[in-house]
Amino acid sequence: MQWRYDISGIDTVTLHFGQRIDAALVAPIHRAAIALKSSLGTRLLDAVPSYTTLLLRYDVLQDDLASLMGQVSEVLNQLPDPTGEVHAESEIIEVPVFYHPSVGPDLKRLAERAGFSLEEFIRRHSERLYQVFAIGFAPGFAYLGEVAEELSVPRLANPRAKVPAGTLGIADTQTALYPIVSPGGWNLIGRTPLALFDQSRAQPSLLEAGRQCASAQ
Amino acid sequence: MTHSKLGLLIEKPGFLSLIQDAGRRGVMHLGLATGGAMDRHAWAWANYLLGNCFGAAALEITFGQVEFVSQLNTSIAITGAEVTVTVNGASQPLWATLSLKAGDRVVLSALRAGLRSYLAVAGGFSVAAGLGNSCATLHREKTGGLHGDGQPLKAGDLLPCESQSQNPPLQRQVPVDWIPDYREALILDVIMGAQIERFPSSSLECFFTQPYTLSSQSDRMGARLNGPALEVFGERLISEGISLGAVQVPANGLPIILLNDRQTIGGYPKLGAVTPRSLDALAQRQPGSQLQFRPVALYEAQRHEKAFLNFFNKPL
Repeated sequence: MQWRYDISGIDTVTLHFGQRIDAALVAPIHRAAIALKSSLGTRLLDAVPSYTTLLLRYDVLQDDLASLMGQVSEVLNQLPDPTGEVHAESEIIEVPVFYHPSVGPDLKRLAERAGFSLEEFIRRHSERLYQVFAIGFAPGFAYLGEVAEELSVPRLANPRAKVPAGTLGIADTQTALYPIVSPGGWNLIGRTPLALFDQSRAQPSLLEAGRQCASAQ
Repeated sequence: MTHSKLGLLIEKPGFLSLIQDAGRRGVMHLGLATGGAMDRHAWAWANYLLGNCFGAAALEITFGQVEFVSQLNTSIAITGAEVTVTVNGASQPLWATLSLKAGDRVVLSALRAGLRSYLAVAGGFSVAAGLGNSCATLHREKTGGLHGDGQPLKAGDLLPCESQSQNPPLQRQVPVDWIPDYREALILDVIMGAQIERFPSSSLECFFTQPYTLSSQSDRMGARLNGPALEVFGERLISEGISLGAVQVPANGLPIILLNDRQTIGGYPKLGAVTPRSLDALAQRQPGSQLQFRPVALYEAQRHEKAFLNFFNKPL
C-alpha cells in the first residue's frame, strides 16, 4: 500500500496514507495499526489512527528512527493493496438511538432545513452504516461518517456549554455520539442509552477507529 | 498482616494537587490523554532520592500552599518549585530526603520561584493504576488519580503509603548542579516538523529569533504564548494524532505548545515539537516568563532524552 512518513516529535512519526478524507482509507489504516502493534510489541507506545494518518509513538530507549522505520516499512510493505476493498471483516456495532426532539433539540430544525418530515430525516440518518474515521476530542468520542449529503449541516455558531452523555449529533458530513457530558457544537438529534465510554470495562470505548456502526431507532 | 489505609492526610490541598506518574501508554487511540508529571526532572529526582522506581506516582502541587499530616513513620522528598517547607514548624531542605514520624505536620508555603512542587514518599503512593497502566490524574476527562475520577486532591483526602521499617533510609540530597534555577531565561529546543512548509520563511525567522512570553491562559493541556503572530499558509489540516510538545499555530497566529493533557488529535498546522527535556523546564515557568526557541536535530534531542531516562532508570 502507498504511504509516506513525517517526523512529528522526539518519539513520534506520522504515517500518511492519503490526501483527503475517504471512507476507503479507514480499513487499511486500521489494518496497518493492528499489524504494527503486533509486530513491534512494546517498542510501540501508542498508535493513533485518524482520517488519513497513523501516529506512532515509540520507545527511544529501544529504537532510533532508522530501526523503527526499518521495521515499519517491512510490516507495511507486506500488507495487501487495499484498492477497492472496504471493511470486509469488521463486525458491525449496533447503537440504539432515540431520535426525538426531547433529547435532540436540533432535530426539528434540521429536518425542516433539509425539507423532510421528522420520520424521513430519521430514516435517512439511521439507514446508513457508518465508519469510525477517528477517535478524539474526548475519551471514546467517535467521528462517524459519512452522513447523507442532504442531511449535512454546519456546526452550531454558538456551541452548547453542556451536552448530555449519549447525545447524537451531526456536523458537516459527520455524525458522533458524546460519550461524556461535555461542551459541544454539533447539532443534536437523539440519544443512546449505551455507555460509550466506561473505564471499568476491558474495552473502555465502545467504538474504535476502523469499526463500523449502525444506529437503530 | 495488612495496614489498611494509612498515609498522608491532606488538610490543605492547595490550588491544584494531582497524583501523577510517567503517564499513560497505549490508550491514545481511545481519545485518552497521556497525562503524567509535567516536570519529569523534579518528579524523577523526588522518587530517586527515596529509591523509588522511575515510574512511581508522586503528588504534583501547583502553586504550593499544601498542608498535610503523616499518619505513619516514613520518608518523603519535595523537589521542584522554590517553596518553604516546614515539618512541625521547623524549616527543611528541598531536593532532599526528609524523615517523618506519625503525627508530623508538613507545610509547603506559597511560591518564590518555579510553579510545581513534587512530593514523593518512600515506596510510592499506593494508588491503583488505571487506564494506560497509569494513575495520572486527568481532570478534563474525569479519569485517573487518587479516586479514579480525575479530581484534584481535596481537604480530607488520604494519600495511602506504606509505613517504613525501623531503619530509616539514607539521608540523601540532590547535588546543587542538578537543581535548576527557574528564574533563568529559557530557550526551548524544537524538532522541526513536516508542516514547516506551511509557514513563510519570515514567520519561521520570527519564531526562532523573537522572544515570546508564557500566557496566563496556559494549563496542563497547552502553553499559550504571547508575542509576534505567525502567518500560516493554507487551510486547516485533516485532524491527525498530536505529539507531545507539538507547536500548533491557530488562526490568530499565536503558537500553542501542546502538553501532557492535550487532546489526542487535531488539525491546526504545526511548526514542530518542543523536546520533552525542554518541556520539563517549561513546566516550572510562571506566566509572563520570557521564552525563546531554537531548532535541534532529532538525533541530538534523542541523545539528551536517553541520557535522562537511563540515569533515572538505573537503581541508586
